[in-house]
Amino acid sequence: MSFPWAKEYKPSHPFMVWMDEKLPLPRLVYGAVGGGYEVPRNLNYMWNFGFLAGLCLVIQIVTGIVLAMHYGANTQVAFDSTEHIMRDVNWGWMLRYGHANGASAFFVVVYAHIFRGFYYGSYKAPREMIWLLGVVIFLLMMATAFMGYVLPWGQMSFWGAQVITGLFSAIPIVGDGLHTWLLGGFAPDNAALNRFFSLHFLLPFVILGVVILHVWALHIPGSSNPTGVEVKSESDTVPFFPYFVAKDGWTIGLFMIAYSAFLFFMPNALGHPDNYIPANPMQTPAHIVPEWYFWPFYAILRSFTQDFLIVPAKLMGVLAMFASILVWFFLPWLDKSPVRSAKFRPLYRRFFWVLLVDVLVLGYCGGSPAEEPYVIIAQIASIYYFLHFFVIVPIVSSIERPDPLPFSITEAVLGSDEAAALEAKA
Amino acid sequence: MIRIFSILAGLFFSAALAWSLLLGVINVSKDGLPHTVEKAFHEHPKELHLASDGFFGKFDKQQLQRGFQVYSKVCASCHAIKHVAFRDLEALGYNEAEVKAIAAAQTVAGKDPLTGAIKDRPGLASDHFPPVVYAGTGNPPDLSLITKARHGGAAYVYSLLTGYEEQPAKLLKQFPDAKTPDGLHYNPYFANLNIAMPAPLTSEGQVTYSDGTKATVDQMAKDVSAFLVWTAEPKLEKRHQTGLWWIGFLLFATVLAYMSYRNIWAEKKGH
Repeated sequence: MSFPWAKEYKPSHPFMVWMDEKLPLPRLVYGAVGGGYEVPRNLNYMWNFGFLAGLCLVIQIVTGIVLAMHYGANTQVAFDSTEHIMRDVNWGWMLRYGHANGASAFFVVVYAHIFRGFYYGSYKAPREMIWLLGVVIFLLMMATAFMGYVLPWGQMSFWGAQVITGLFSAIPIVGDGLHTWLLGGFAPDNAALNRFFSLHFLLPFVILGVVILHVWALHIPGSSNPTGVEVKSESDTVPFFPYFVAKDGWTIGLFMIAYSAFLFFMPNALGHPDNYIPANPMQTPAHIVPEWYFWPFYAILRSFTQDFLIVPAKLMGVLAMFASILVWFFLPWLDKSPVRSAKFRPLYRRFFWVLLVDVLVLGYCGGSPAEEPYVIIAQIASIYYFLHFFVIVPIVSSIERPDPLPFSITEAVLGSDEAAALEAKA
Repeated sequence: MIRIFSILAGLFFSAALAWSLLLGVINVSKDGLPHTVEKAFHEHPKELHLASDGFFGKFDKQQLQRGFQVYSKVCASCHAIKHVAFRDLEALGYNEAEVKAIAAAQTVAGKDPLTGAIKDRPGLASDHFPPVVYAGTGNPPDLSLITKARHGGAAYVYSLLTGYEEQPAKLLKQFPDAKTPDGLHYNPYFANLNIAMPAPLTSEGQVTYSDGTKATVDQMAKDVSAFLVWTAEPKLEKRHQTGLWWIGFLLFATVLAYMSYRNIWAEKKGH
């Protein structure tokens, strides 16, 4: 993609001219994150999380590859090899804490990125494909994070694996067979641990591939922006380099400070103490909870406590949990409002904030024990979650009267736009 | 069309949830919120301040040595610390000769280099603490990671060690079935209130500290908790130090990056 005014890559050094003829890689970089990519000038800080998510992926892959050099994927040694990394491998503690807290950091920035999308309607035409690929990335991340948490083979690793793989047995007829086939046994054991390790190593590279597609798809229409008004003229954009390299650059500093504060000073704050107890299939922990980033979906899963019509409660919970994410795939077509940004959608904006609070409540309940009053609160919050995406978003988009939009990005930033003035005259 | 399907699907899920919710509310209004003896009498750990706490936290080596004495004298008869090697003890301030002596006083199962048979031999500095064979019933947990494996960490260990008491009469009045079973011991800091381990630290002077500190029960409990923070996280000091200079560097770099950002955007923001 390129706006007509985007700068073209012009190599000056003879080597770069030669390179450009043989393999125009520098040209690709220049057009993707260099001076050749024109970006709306009015992006706010919510637009920094995509870049940060990319950074998190790199941190996870680099720390993960080194950890894999010292880890033993066997139920006999997995827990002890993790401790060996913490004690005897040079800087092993930093790698492992960096990787564990890196997973949390990754989800923090990705959730911010997703909710940015909800608020500013980033999923709408012409950017549906970017959104769809993003949901795929999120699903892959969830699978990868889940399998990674199993690897230290602590109590929560084992019992988390037991619960989550157990979900497949809720599927009628084929469920039990599928469950056994996926685990390579009747319960999580060496076969399961080995395949989880293998897949946990593979999936990040699949994520990387889909991220490349995600960024490619982004470069076709170009970035969205807080007004939701499309780019009209040169005065609406600035080149990615140096403007957004500088902006992303300093927020990387902020991000690294927050991430490092966890890594170096409270590395276990986001983990569960039970995972420092070696896995014991004979002893169920008092409360089985996944990592914090799964809590909202875990709360939805547990909210279905009663069979409904002919559907057993467990199957209902599994269907709902998957539906709660899969519905995001349909969002571009459920929300038919032509106005993208919630800034100009007074009704939708209210529901957005309710959704945000709702998901936080779900998260809180998902991390709490499965007893009253948390179950009742989670049920109410889950009802809102489903009504929001399945019912409210489609209806609001057809009945809402949006506020007037600015003529252009330039007008939104500067208060006036010469092009707008000209058009008004004509 | 897709919107009609969506609304129907949304109503389906909501109806199923409403049904679960309705029955849940009926249950709660009948039985009330769950009221268990653990909820009523379980206590959060007492406050405990150790030298290793906080951003600048460092181990108090003297205290770790005292804690190691308590561990060796009291805990070690039932609990192992298998993740710790004798060589690690140098971090407590022991010199090489002392570490070798501590190791040699222990018997470990090693492979005879000539025959390959497993034979008992005196420990070497490179060995890990050997497993502990516990003769009684039950399964005393390995303590290497205990302060990371329990909510509350060191404060939990300290509270547990000093928290043994008679079962309160109030408890038995409210929950007549919850009498501590024979062979278990009441301790409000333990998750289900009844712990198999009898109070291990019972009298002043149970351990004779080589540094002359008065060995009260409270002091011994504190010292051994501090020692177990070290066994769980031997790299804590290095982590704190690395974190301080690294975050210091990041602050500096971030300020520079912010200034360059302001500089680059200066003329674009001018409105």
